[in-house]
Amino acid sequence: MKHFAALFRAVDQTTKTSAKVAAMAEYFSIAPDADKLWCVALFSGRRPRRTITATVLREWAAERAGIPLWLFEECYPVVGDLAETISLVLPPPEQETDRPLSHWIAEIRRLSALPEAERKAGILAAWDGLGPTERLLFTKLLTGGFRVGVSQKLMTRALAQATGQEEAELTHRLMGSWTPETVSWDSLVHAPDPTADLSRPYPFYLAYQLEDLAALGPASDWLAERKWDGIRGQLILRGGEHHLWSRGEELMTDRFPELARLKDFLPPGTVIDGEVLAWNGAAEEPLSFNALQKRIGRKTVPKKLLAEAPAILMAYDLLEWQGADLRQTPFAERRALLESAAAELPPEAPLRLSPLVAAESWEGLAGERARSRELMAEGLMLKRRDSPYLAGRKKGDWWKWKVDPLSIDAVMIYAQSGSGRRANLFTDFTFAVWKGEELVPFTKAYSGLTDAEFRQITAWVRRNTLQKFGPVRQVPPQHVFEIGFEGIQRSTRHKSGVALRFPRMLRWRHDKPVAEANTLADLQTMLATYGGPETVTEAEA
Amino acid sequence: MADVLTFTDSGIYCPAGDFYIDPWRPVPRALITHGHADHARGGMGRYLSTDGAAPVIRHRLGEIDLATIRYGETRRIGEAEVSFHPAGHVPGSAQIRVEVKGQVWVVSGDYKVVSDGLSEPFEPIPCHAFITECTFGLPVFKWTAPERLAADLNAWWAAAAGQGRFALIGAYSLGKAQRVMAAADASIGPILTHGAVENVTEVLRAQGLPLPATIRVTPELDLKAHPGALVVAPPAALSAPWARRFSPASAPATTGFASGWMALRGVRRRRAADRGFVMSDHADWAGLNDAIRATGAERIFVTHGYTSPFRRWLEEEGYDAHVVSTEYAGEGETEEEEA
Repeated sequence: MKHFAALFRAVDQTTKTSAKVAAMAEYFSIAPDADKLWCVALFSGRRPRRTITATVLREWAAERAGIPLWLFEECYPVVGDLAETISLVLPPPEQETDRPLSHWIAEIRRLSALPEAERKAGILAAWDGLGPTERLLFTKLLTGGFRVGVSQKLMTRALAQATGQEEAELTHRLMGSWTPETVSWDSLVHAPDPTADLSRPYPFYLAYQLEDLAALGPASDWLAERKWDGIRGQLILRGGEHHLWSRGEELMTDRFPELARLKDFLPPGTVIDGEVLAWNGAAEEPLSFNALQKRIGRKTVPKKLLAEAPAILMAYDLLEWQGADLRQTPFAERRALLESAAAELPPEAPLRLSPLVAAESWEGLAGERARSRELMAEGLMLKRRDSPYLAGRKKGDWWKWKVDPLSIDAVMIYAQSGSGRRANLFTDFTFAVWKGEELVPFTKAYSGLTDAEFRQITAWVRRNTLQKFGPVRQVPPQHVFEIGFEGIQRSTRHKSGVALRFPRMLRWRHDKPVAEANTLADLQTMLATYGGPETVTEAEA
Repeated sequence: MADVLTFTDSGIYCPAGDFYIDPWRPVPRALITHGHADHARGGMGRYLSTDGAAPVIRHRLGEIDLATIRYGETRRIGEAEVSFHPAGHVPGSAQIRVEVKGQVWVVSGDYKVVSDGLSEPFEPIPCHAFITECTFGLPVFKWTAPERLAADLNAWWAAAAGQGRFALIGAYSLGKAQRVMAAADASIGPILTHGAVENVTEVLRAQGLPLPATIRVTPELDLKAHPGALVVAPPAALSAPWARRFSPASAPATTGFASGWMALRGVRRRRAADRGFVMSDHADWAGLNDAIRATGAERIFVTHGYTSPFRRWLEEEGYDAHVVSTEYAGEGETEEEEA
């Protein structure tokens, strides 16, 4: 695993993408096929599942290190990563061995099947035989937590350099549900017919947040739609089967069984890009995201939930029609084809066409954007009429034009340290608003401050901790932050009675005294205005 | 029996001698372990430090009433016998031993037990009570051996120099900056220094420390005359406009930090440097435990660092261990630079 460890170090210790790509390309040209295949799998998020519980790994590591378990637990929040904590506390290896990556993955699988005593012996022996980086990687594979600071896009670029294949072609080949057990290196990268896999999705085209409206040119070059607050999905109808893919390349087919009916209404050889929404059929409008949220975690759906939160696909693009890849066809033409396909569907078909938002000018669109919240949308999507369907996040042809977030000024009352690159830094805060003389917590937020601000608040938290509750520090109510959020819902699970959607810190209000922070009554007013219809929002989960 | 030292709002105090050790508020008489800003502060009536630490303390605090003492020399202050002993933290740094009526207490200041080749090596001092830092008092902290550190540093620098790029390293001006210079292989290229580093280096060089030749970076300095140089600067300077001139678009500098915190991948990634060198002037986990054991002390007071878990660990190891709240910063990962 030394080569793989060297690759990991090389991509981990530089922030320069060119250096990362060069290191990967080098690896792809020297590693054995089985290792390359695993490398591509790992770098594209295809991690082997965790087969050994973290609890026993902690115990074994503490025991081997000669420290009590509580001390191991004290280390964990400082390091911010379980596998790294384990590899740091263990004594140095007694003798280092060098076996390929694929060997260690097979070894993990072998150990998983053994009785616990033998499993423990095998893992301790592995820890004893691996150098620091190798040990970290082995343990990350054990805990199922392997992640690396390289996007799939960069990995694909390196693979293109090493194999001489086209990057776009490789991107498509690497999609779908393959694993290193189901494919060979040759069939994944070189085999002649990649479309043989009927379930294979197209890479999603992702939009950036709009930066400069003035740079877009005339409004007539653009088509606008609502930006729906659901789950992005790609529906594939091929060979009599259907598949639903998430943006994270996960198959969601079984989670939304009602979409199977679309096979009855649309011909094979159809691929639609859209948004999965929980739908109120009577009102012909989306239910709140909370209703959809109940469906997300479930692999199978009980009947009651199917009735309460039925899903539809809000279709906005047609990527394949009659078996032909339409991605190079201009958006306006794809859209016209989609409209004619959708026009023939009966109302019981679980598909709606995302309507175009008509406006003559940017001013008109701005007015439409302002209405987003009342239509249960997050804002507008702007798509250039003549744009092809690109792969990945690209600037220029598609833009998200979201509504400004709702905001409230709140007081920080608890702080907790983050993990990963934010380990040992206080980044996770609990905020409260006033209810008379009392501060009522209503949300947590983790993001939105600069690194310098996080450092500043961390130093302050360290000096001003009132009480510790495990990893959580209570701090005096002295700092006011403007909290932004996308939506507000009634909640019986929170003391404040509200739950926010996407809360984050918009800014640190150094200028604002604590006494002038907002009140619970202010939140309740927002709930009444934006909270949507009175629904039962608490899942049995 | 009264305690030899007590802990006050102004700092560690010796009633028998009426003096403070590394106080953080103005007091009439201060004994100073070393010149880092959280230990040597301005505003004291009189100061006492080792002769090795005095030049840096004077450099930083200006005109002060500072007397000096040699390592191992005993001086009587009031009812207390006081002596200073090497702490191995930075050149001239000391632990302070205080004896009153046969009771011996030692204040470690900051220390490390592995020799860095520049600082006088740490000496364990037998005592009844030991007041110790524990900046890195968790078992995840294990330092890289000095030879390996030097090899890694030089390999990184040589690779950059080979591409005509600057190797820019962030290291505290007092201590680690000089360790980096001393470890650097002068055959690779010249060593350039940020002004804050050069100022301290000049002071230490004048004391006779064996430091290599360095070139101060000034606005007038022609960088083209020093391609592939190692540039040593305080950590904060790496993200300041100062560092930009070392990164022309054609050959951007490679960056590194020398710090104990670089043992943690999360911190390395947060600093967004190309390399992290695990180099600290504090004791690692094993170093703290070894040092404490070597004193033979039964009472241990932990001052700054991971005090709460470290105290509990010591208690389970059989010590009478306490946490003392102080204003020492240790190796601040969040503070940009100590002075």
